[in-house]
Amino acid sequence: MKPVLQRQNNLPLPLKMLQRDWRAGELRVLALALVIAVASVTSVGFFADRVWQALTREANQMLGADVLLLSDHPFAPELRDEAAKRGLAQVDGVSFVSMARAGDASQLSGVKAVSAGYPLRGKLRIAPRLNAEDAETDRVPPPGTVWLDERLSAALGVQPGDKIELGNTQLIFGAVLTLEPDRGLSFFNIAPRLLMRVEDLPATGLIQTGSRARYQLYVAGTRAAAEAYDRWAKPRLGAGQRIESLGNARPEVRSGLDRAQQFLGLSAMLAVILAAVAIALSTRRYTQRHLDGYAVMRCFGALQGRLFALFAWEFVLLGVAACAVGCILGYAGQAAIALWLTELVASSLPQPGFYPVLQGFAAGLLLLLGFALPPLLQLKNVPAIRVIRREVGAPRQSALAAYALGLAALAALLLWQAGEFKLGATVFGGFAAAFLLFWLVSLGALRLFALLGRTGSVSWRYGLANLRRRSRGNAVQIVALALGLTVLLLLTFIRGDLLEAWRTKLPQDAPNRFVVNIQPDQVAPLVQFLAQNGVVAPTSYPMVRARLTAINGRAVGADDYTDERARRQIDREFNLSFMQTIPPGNQVTAGRWFTPEDYAQGAVSVEVWIAERLGIELGDRLSFSGGGASIDVPVTSVRKLDWDSMRPNFFFVTTPKALTAFPASYMSTFRVLDDPLFTTRLTQAFPNLTVIDVSALMRQVNAMLDQVIRAVEFVFLFALVAGVLVLYAALLSTQDERRQEAALMRALGARRAQVAAAQRAEFFALGLVAGVLASAGATAIGYVLAERVFQFPWQFNIAIWIAGPLAGLACVALNAWLGGRAALNHPPMLALREGT
Amino acid sequence: MTKAIDKFMIKAAGLSKVVPSGAGQLVILHEIDLAVMAGEAVAIVGASGSGKSTLLGLLAGLDTPSVGSVHLNGADLFALDEDGRAALRARLLGFVFQSFQLLPALNALENVMLPLELAGTAGAAQLAESMLERVGLAERLGHYPKHLSGGEQQRVALARAFVMQPKLLLADEPTGNLDAATGAGVIDLMFALNAEAGTTLVLVTHDDAIARRCQRQIRLVGGRIVA
Repeated sequence: MKPVLQRQNNLPLPLKMLQRDWRAGELRVLALALVIAVASVTSVGFFADRVWQALTREANQMLGADVLLLSDHPFAPELRDEAAKRGLAQVDGVSFVSMARAGDASQLSGVKAVSAGYPLRGKLRIAPRLNAEDAETDRVPPPGTVWLDERLSAALGVQPGDKIELGNTQLIFGAVLTLEPDRGLSFFNIAPRLLMRVEDLPATGLIQTGSRARYQLYVAGTRAAAEAYDRWAKPRLGAGQRIESLGNARPEVRSGLDRAQQFLGLSAMLAVILAAVAIALSTRRYTQRHLDGYAVMRCFGALQGRLFALFAWEFVLLGVAACAVGCILGYAGQAAIALWLTELVASSLPQPGFYPVLQGFAAGLLLLLGFALPPLLQLKNVPAIRVIRREVGAPRQSALAAYALGLAALAALLLWQAGEFKLGATVFGGFAAAFLLFWLVSLGALRLFALLGRTGSVSWRYGLANLRRRSRGNAVQIVALALGLTVLLLLTFIRGDLLEAWRTKLPQDAPNRFVVNIQPDQVAPLVQFLAQNGVVAPTSYPMVRARLTAINGRAVGADDYTDERARRQIDREFNLSFMQTIPPGNQVTAGRWFTPEDYAQGAVSVEVWIAERLGIELGDRLSFSGGGASIDVPVTSVRKLDWDSMRPNFFFVTTPKALTAFPASYMSTFRVLDDPLFTTRLTQAFPNLTVIDVSALMRQVNAMLDQVIRAVEFVFLFALVAGVLVLYAALLSTQDERRQEAALMRALGARRAQVAAAQRAEFFALGLVAGVLASAGATAIGYVLAERVFQFPWQFNIAIWIAGPLAGLACVALNAWLGGRAALNHPPMLALREGT
Repeated sequence: MTKAIDKFMIKAAGLSKVVPSGAGQLVILHEIDLAVMAGEAVAIVGASGSGKSTLLGLLAGLDTPSVGSVHLNGADLFALDEDGRAALRARLLGFVFQSFQLLPALNALENVMLPLELAGTAGAAQLAESMLERVGLAERLGHYPKHLSGGEQQRVALARAFVMQPKLLLADEPTGNLDAATGAGVIDLMFALNAEAGTTLVLVTHDDAIARRCQRQIRLVGGRIVA
């Protein structure tokens, strides 16, 4: 048997058709577009499902648990029983303030009593003695032992092995506590730490009914179980109880994570949009090239339903194969990222689930359904008479009607991928508007060029006349080129701007120490001390503790609010500050910053979140009291804070004179470079100061940011490839027709140079229009993303306006060189015969 | 009665095709009555625009007439719906076109296999191969249309038409795209195959020499039969 015959197999017909079309190169762009879309969706899915989970868990170290319950009274057994029933680990904690003594020395200390196993997330670090090297530990103090932080041991003048008196009992100082993972939760009111076992607590006699103690229940386990427990517990908490989450613990971490998720979602969305365009273009071309074949098969007597089923099956098979390859690529991509992330994520990465695979398949098949089905359905309308009269095609359909299904599928996909309405709608709306605008502008521009082409050489006139004659096909090509270029410009110029703006929101020289409780007469000596220790430019803020007692003269308390967070806030003393100029990173969203008149009469500026929670509006009068003083001031502005800034942020800021009657202390922030003994020297010089080291937290946030940016850039690559694919598909879309025309012109006696010049004139116009549109599109989308979605200051980038038209011209020049050359080198006879 | 119908492969009565055109109506075919006996070879001749191809399209049920009827092998073609006509074509008809109409993505063998595959015939590859051998293209099985000469392409098209063993072969200017010598070779082959299989042949051509090889000629002028 002959080899050609041997290769003929007994596969089902749709599979054979797929094999033949694939061999002929008809389906490659379509398949590649699907692979890219699926790979980007799945890799982001894997990030969300796996790496993200690990990052969140890493961030959970700052809670010491996956779920942290807080209470002002002991927890009911049902909360513990339920956690045990769900297979979750749990440990107890009790915190209160008490006097610790050693010999004659005594010091108010923040006592924390914990059970074995604490903390469930993150590690404690201890040192055998003061100023010695510290190390991670899995243990907690053994019964009868306490661990003191360096401030408390310095204040009491004790060394490990000494006895510490606490309440009615004596305990042994076991080790110096250098790090508690959940210490960063609260910046203020931190007395030096004494860590002990909860089993030793009864002997101290310090916890009595009515004692001011805070109870913690740390819970951790699998993500699903922890989340389910969180949901279960929330409605069962009583008064004075709440669940601490990362969001309300450290807003700057939360906002970083959220933004990263937006970036990831956005880059996957760009890949999906571009893939959709590439799929639509390549299926359109496929359909055009199969009109004759379809008519011939109808002529052979193939039934309409059967033929459509054959093509549909062929596409489904292709779709499933492309989705599978995309999933594998997506998995490989996330595995590469996971390797980088092992530096950051110490704990082992949870295994990826099956969900992203489903997500990838769903996205791929939805795109195929939306963008390949309409052109295929068009095929169904091709009359068999086309075999005799070629001019008879399928009845024309409006583009909108044809792609309504696709647009709906794309909108659904984008909303799903964005995970939030605003971002998904912005991207979809942006691209839909761009599409429409590009379409209208390109039709207008084509007319204009056609007018310009009334004079000049034959080639020039013929080339420009083509623009108008083929206006629909050319407009499709311009729109696709412009969309592809828009995304490429976004990815090369705007991406850098956005990521850079985000990165610089966390300045590398941000303060890493916060010092509170500085008395007014200590401000000058402290500055001097800091200068002597090489610390430059500390920033100091006055601080007054006061309670908000009335709004517009009406007394307010917890009973006035239903929102749990509002109830908690109103019961506490606020840290008020006073200043003349608006603090950096703050932005007035309503009203105006203090005027000289305000300075004279007194006024207050309120942070927007707390204003909403407490129902405070511009012009309201707020009464504060504390330390035996009280004031009543009008609200003259509402401010938005920058939670990424790592600066102290104040809910209420007043004019300087308003708070003169209140006892004030100061807080100071500054940056200390590697100096492990600095804190010890500072607390020895100023024993009353509370020093908070946020460098560990900042390192964590920065490291996380760096890794996430790398992950985002990786996903951007998919969008980049998809962009190139769109360009390629757009250029291919008119190649057949151009080849045909070139052959005809040459058959009519045109010289090669004349044909080439005509094509150049046409391509020049196409490239220029597409490039200018792309620059406008990228600038507009960049503006909206920066200002509206990611909230970065937007900057005009002139480079985009140079790169856009140049890239447009370069693309069509390349196409003219490749496709045009092929057209010119193609024997006219052959081209004409193929086309007849 | 049945016998009488069986004698006719094609029976067309009062067949007209009118299309709207600019100002009014354009009559392409005017009340054509036509009968072709089973096994007969008939040529439809006429100048360009005389309505030859339109008539062929109507006889195959590829298009619908404005008035009139066509019976193919006894079946009323236009009493059937589009899919019914397609099913009838699958059973009865083979086609050869002026522009060959080979599928560019398929090689010679696959092009000939395609109608067999669509009909679900077993052993398509072997049948197609022997048919290609019969038309003298045994060495060209794996070649794609773009690598075949015009004459070779038309021979593949002949193989594709005859592999289904049609009762009726409709040929639309089969030499229209070929030079005289190649065209003559293709026509010789077509008549030879036709004779072997006893197929009824309706051939549209403007070449009188080819037309004369048929048993009967029907001449169209301005959409009417004149001889």
